[in-house]
Amino acid sequence: MSEIHFREMASKSWLNFLTFLCGSAIGFVLCSQLLSILLGEQKDIQPNILHNDPHGRHSDDNGQSPLEGQMNFDADVSQHKDENTDIAEYLYQKVKILCWVMTGPQNLEKKAKHVKATWAQRCNKVLFMSSEENKDFPAVGLKTREGRDQLYWKTIKAFQYVHEHYLEDADWFMKADDDTYVILDNLRWLLSKYNPEEPIYFGRRFKPYVKQGYMSGGAGYVLSKEALKRFVNAFKTDECTHSSSIEDLALGRCMEIINVEAGDSRDTTGKETFHPFVPEHHLIKGYLPKTFWYWNYNYYPPVEGPGCCSDLAVSFHYVDPTTMYELEYLVYHLRPYGYLYRYQPALPENMLKEISQVYKHEDPKVKREPSKEKHA
Amino acid sequence: MVSATGVSFFNGMLVGSICCVFITMFGQINMRHRGRTQDHEHHHLRLPNTKDFLNISEAQRMELSKNIRIYCIILGESNDEHYWAVLKETWTKHCDKAELYNTKNDNLFNKENDKWTQMRKTYQHVFEKHGDNYSWFFLAHPTTFAVIENLKYLLFTKDASQPFYLGHIATSGDLKYVTVKGGTVLSMEALKRLNSFLNKTKKCAEQRAFWELSADMQLAVCLKYVGVLAENAEDSEGRAIFNTKPIAHLIRETMSNNRQPVVEGCCSDMAVTFSGLTPQKMTVMMYGVYQLRAFGHYFNDTLIFLPPNGSEND
Repeated sequence: MSEIHFREMASKSWLNFLTFLCGSAIGFVLCSQLLSILLGEQKDIQPNILHNDPHGRHSDDNGQSPLEGQMNFDADVSQHKDENTDIAEYLYQKVKILCWVMTGPQNLEKKAKHVKATWAQRCNKVLFMSSEENKDFPAVGLKTREGRDQLYWKTIKAFQYVHEHYLEDADWFMKADDDTYVILDNLRWLLSKYNPEEPIYFGRRFKPYVKQGYMSGGAGYVLSKEALKRFVNAFKTDECTHSSSIEDLALGRCMEIINVEAGDSRDTTGKETFHPFVPEHHLIKGYLPKTFWYWNYNYYPPVEGPGCCSDLAVSFHYVDPTTMYELEYLVYHLRPYGYLYRYQPALPENMLKEISQVYKHEDPKVKREPSKEKHA
Repeated sequence: MVSATGVSFFNGMLVGSICCVFITMFGQINMRHRGRTQDHEHHHLRLPNTKDFLNISEAQRMELSKNIRIYCIILGESNDEHYWAVLKETWTKHCDKAELYNTKNDNLFNKENDKWTQMRKTYQHVFEKHGDNYSWFFLAHPTTFAVIENLKYLLFTKDASQPFYLGHIATSGDLKYVTVKGGTVLSMEALKRLNSFLNKTKKCAEQRAFWELSADMQLAVCLKYVGVLAENAEDSEGRAIFNTKPIAHLIRETMSNNRQPVVEGCCSDMAVTFSGLTPQKMTVMMYGVYQLRAFGHYFNDTLIFLPPNGSEND
């Protein structure tokens, strides 16, 4: 009887042992599955922000944690040893642009800092306009309050400040927000065809409310020297109203009153250069819903998809700090080696002549490139 | 009796799970440690020095540029039609030939095929059909964006009849492998050796290891058998030009990893790949790379690449 009992015990313990092994195998597998899910990479989910008001201002936080520090893509000079910037440098001297950036005390570190680290360095002169002075940044104090309803007043005071202190230091005067990314080289190309003594201004042209149209505030706009003089003068003579809650519209109305022309900023193939949104919003068909205000505001027929944006784009708006650096990288650094771009625009005749005289000793490449005029 | 077996089953599960957790943790720490200390031991492949090509004519440059022929393989299981459409519409147009392999649709694959089997079947198929016509074979994930011109620049002084296996390197123990996420480049010779090895033996066709190696690691194991070692592709500053993440991630990562107030640029001017992109981001990359630029900046490049025919977005 003890033998039977023994065998029974033995088979029971075998059974237990097998179940134990089974359990450990299953436990192991389940656990590894769970761990691989937990340790797996998270998808890149960007919040889908549509700005519902054409004159709407900026959401103060799109949910991303603030960007600490700055990035300098030019720290590595050796990557650009094959780069010929003669024409860009020539334009820098010929088409002098003063940029002023609309910002505020709470945005100097959050946003304006990244503007300063990227595109602002390419202006002939840059000023950061805030309600209060900040000697360290540095930022100009306009002695206004902050807030959406103060934007027009800040704009007037900013232009007055620029007119008083820097009128002779530039030919053109560009206003941008601290979430606008501006490509100065392309702006100079655009303006090279025009005379700063003419009363004209450029930006992303909107059609409602003003007969000749007006320029979107966020996408940035640029005034000729004559336009600036007339604008500042208009407040001394009361031709233009001092108060409005809609900065860009009010400025546009004033421009029309003082006979400053609203220019066509599109490139030679008709593509827009100033953009009220980031590239993604313009490049993806259907991103902006058909009911969106944008479709009714654009002065020229709006285009989405590949035809939306010029190769020589001048500005993008609602650009968060990370995207500032991304655009800086895409415009000035990452490139397809040896690629012959489809769109090869030229400089105006008089400038080409001048360049070939100045760079008489240079290799033919410099002269050759500008004369290639292939249109897409 | 029932409860006794139940208890031992439960005990077994517990022990199994604990073992798993410990081994995974140990493995992770080990991999991270190895990855960091072995950086300097990687084989490097740098961008060419084009000083030797300064005096060649434009016609010669065009000839040189045409000689590097790249076959692009996109291997993915994405059911999302949107990815395939975007890939066809964007960077794959710049490959000499591109083929999209959808593991859920294609006749090549069975439902049970694991990722390594899918990969090797793809490589074998590509070699059989195209092994003679192209000098380089580039395999990428559907979420990868590649600048083929920069890839051609990287490769143009390299001899495709030598075995090359390049990309973004990672290490697992003693094994150096190219992470599939950053894109994998094989020369004609490397693919040839891989193919004949796979045809001859079952050695790396089936992997019954306790640790299921990922497909990219399996590839490295196989290639090692035929004397092909992984090399990390870099620019002149030693920066990786095959990237496994999108630009925005790399920017944020570089800035948060580096406590200085101003950090150096995250990424190479001659980057070949970025990965983990959504279809929308691919469209943006296409515009950012092939269209958007600053007027007045010109480059003295050795190679010349023309835009593809019948295209709007480049």
